[in-house]
Amino acid sequence: MAAAQGTPQRGGTLTVQINSEQRVLNPAIQASTGVYVMASKMVEPLVDLDAQGEPVGVLAESWESAPDGLTHSFRLRRGVTWHDGKDFTSKDVAFSAMECWKKILNYGTTLYQFLDRVETPDAHTAIFKFSRPMPQGLLLRALPDLGHVIPAHVYEGTDIRANPANTAPIGTGPFKFVQYERGQFLMAERNPNYWRGNGLPYLDRIVWRFIPDRAAGAAAIESGQVQLSPYSSLSLSDIARLSKDPRFTVSTKGNEANTAHTVMEMNLRRQELSDVRVRRALCHALDLEFFIENFLYGYAKLGTGPIPSSSAAFYVPRPAPYPFDRARAERMLDEAGFRRASRGAQRFAQPLKLLPAPWGEYTLNFATFIQQSLREIGVRVEIEARDAPGFLTGVYRDHNFDLTTGWHQYRSDPAVSTTVWFRTGSPVGAPWTNQYGYNNPEMDRVIDAAATELDAGHRKALYQDFVRIAIEDVPVHMAVEHAFISVYSKRLMSSHNTPRWASSSWADVWLAPA
Amino acid sequence: MRRLGLLALRRLAQSLPVLAIIMVGLFLLLQLAPGDTVDALMAQMGGGSAEDAARLRAAYGLDAGVAVQLGRYLLRLVSLDLGQSAIYGKPVATVIAERLAVTALFMSAALAFAFSAGLVLGVLAARRVNGWPDTLISTLGLVFYAIPSFWLGLMLIVLFSVHLGWLPPGGFESVGAGLTGFARVLDIASHLVLPTLSLALIFLAIYLRLMRASMLEVMNLDFVRTARAKGLPEGKVLWRHVLRNALLPMVTFVGLQFSTMLGGSVVVESVFSLPGLGRLAFESVVQRDLNTLLGIVLVSAVLVILVNFVVDLLYARLDPRIGGAA
Repeated sequence: MAAAQGTPQRGGTLTVQINSEQRVLNPAIQASTGVYVMASKMVEPLVDLDAQGEPVGVLAESWESAPDGLTHSFRLRRGVTWHDGKDFTSKDVAFSAMECWKKILNYGTTLYQFLDRVETPDAHTAIFKFSRPMPQGLLLRALPDLGHVIPAHVYEGTDIRANPANTAPIGTGPFKFVQYERGQFLMAERNPNYWRGNGLPYLDRIVWRFIPDRAAGAAAIESGQVQLSPYSSLSLSDIARLSKDPRFTVSTKGNEANTAHTVMEMNLRRQELSDVRVRRALCHALDLEFFIENFLYGYAKLGTGPIPSSSAAFYVPRPAPYPFDRARAERMLDEAGFRRASRGAQRFAQPLKLLPAPWGEYTLNFATFIQQSLREIGVRVEIEARDAPGFLTGVYRDHNFDLTTGWHQYRSDPAVSTTVWFRTGSPVGAPWTNQYGYNNPEMDRVIDAAATELDAGHRKALYQDFVRIAIEDVPVHMAVEHAFISVYSKRLMSSHNTPRWASSSWADVWLAPA
Repeated sequence: MRRLGLLALRRLAQSLPVLAIIMVGLFLLLQLAPGDTVDALMAQMGGGSAEDAARLRAAYGLDAGVAVQLGRYLLRLVSLDLGQSAIYGKPVATVIAERLAVTALFMSAALAFAFSAGLVLGVLAARRVNGWPDTLISTLGLVFYAIPSFWLGLMLIVLFSVHLGWLPPGGFESVGAGLTGFARVLDIASHLVLPTLSLALIFLAIYLRLMRASMLEVMNLDFVRTARAKGLPEGKVLWRHVLRNALLPMVTFVGLQFSTMLGGSVVVESVFSLPGLGRLAFESVVQRDLNTLLGIVLVSAVLVILVNFVVDLLYARLDPRIGGAA
């Protein structure tokens, strides 16, 4: 381990385990960690987050915003070239923003809805013109995920979705695309002309291996075939086992910006659940500390509201809103008029139908845990397991559920993908939105005001109102908060040092000799 | 040779209606599965707006009715076009061709191993029936038969890859090693040892039981007694008279079990991250990639028909009496 403090060494191949393949490797048209973990080594964003979680320029050197929040200018880095040798210019930024981020990119189509145009007075200035005020903080926090730049000369005049570069990326990043064998691996090699210079990047090559079976993934890392398993790609039992192995580091550090909640969503169309007292009672019936210790091996903490504790800009510490108290839960249900005649009797005429979200162990285990916990207070739950498309259709399109578990990813700013859980007006079928019939005009007002509020202090205050109402009305119980878990070899150096490290460029990562 | 060609043609004509029923049936069956490939894509992306979804549905041609989609599909099929894969963004034929080689190699290795080892062990057990080799072989067979292949695969990985470090834990070949020629063949072979074992052992158990029973049956027939009576050495009796007759049920079983093996390869390919057809089929179901799935089913059905055709030819070779009837 002496090498940990030593000087970085050039060379070596980093092999990374990946669970599931994506359809494209283009982060300008698909925003997901599964794309970033591979593509962001080849394609770079305008802005990323530094070790403190503050925006730091990548392809943008600096930025300034007009007081009205309608104009945001970015000064772009000079001397950057694409992997095919052409110069990177403001034209690429304008093309990416207008044609990809605004028109195709998931979450981007909402964020950039009011982006009118991107002006390019010269090759190194891009001026974003919005028709409604855009808070600078929101834009800068969203750009690391929703601001990757692709080359206009490759994509212009083509069908962007079908462009071959979507699976053979051409970018400005520290690594150049080499080969993509579907079902096997993706390979990228060192870009010798990388703009950061100084011998960066250190690695010769990165290989991402697609290993769908989680147990086989654990075997691959144990046998030394792969050195990194990012984004909780192993089973929790294997993660707990490997955490005791001195060869590996197991940690949530470096994933803070990818914090998520495991939640319980309640369908307010179900008569009993339309009563807020019932919803609160169900929350009080869950012993979440027990759940975290025994189901999640301790890799989580109690949720305190829709904004996670990792959000430095918006989080205000508060206690977990619904502590475990079975007697209280029973009392609340009694008061709401759902008494049970005897200990064995049911409180509701019909059992609650629970659709577990098939997003891995957290949401699946939580469904079982809810079922068992609610049985104790006389509420029977029937679980109906489905795969991903079936689940999304059942919950978000057909509303054919009473309870569901879910995985809510927080994306740097509540306006990106958090408030949409509580706002009315999402069309039927839009996944990960308010589809449980929750409607509070005061909530809508707060959400809309915060989205365009330019003063950072006021904005933060508005989001505290948002959190307070979300907890009081509790259409969604933000039960457990957790960051993704990385498992990696101790040979992997200068890694996990920024809050969205696995999605960053890995230019300064190096491997200590075996 | 002409007779063979005619037979093949007749078989093909007979299978066409079967294929048509399979394709239409599966297409309609898949309509019952909740959600489509855009839902699957949304799940992978972790979200998107309803407008995004509508745009994608139009792009994949999912905005039309079921009848229209089926009509379009069948029309394309008639012109031998399997359509475009939603997951891969490439023609389905290309995607399947890339995967077929891996599955074919790995399945024929498993089949050959299961068949030959099952045959040898079955003969050994039958020769010493109720003796210790028989007991040992039969017990082993029972154990192999009882072990699920995914568990066996994982245990083999733990033993041979993690603890002993002799064999790679998965994948088809070493990535980026730049091997060519014989070195590459060896490399691929070393990657296929464990998956072949995990897939083959359960079939080995079946073949060995079958071979043992069928040997014992044939050994009690009159012509064997005659052969012994005329003074043929035991080895010759076994080889020329018993084995050849006992092989018939084995060959039948290979034809029947071929489709089961295709199914079993789904699990093994996932455990060993092999880029084969089975895993592709699984991904296509999960991702609701209709075109790819239908394409795989078509190719698999054709393969099963082909194998059974070859089995029929083998019958004729093993037993001339059957050849005359075909």
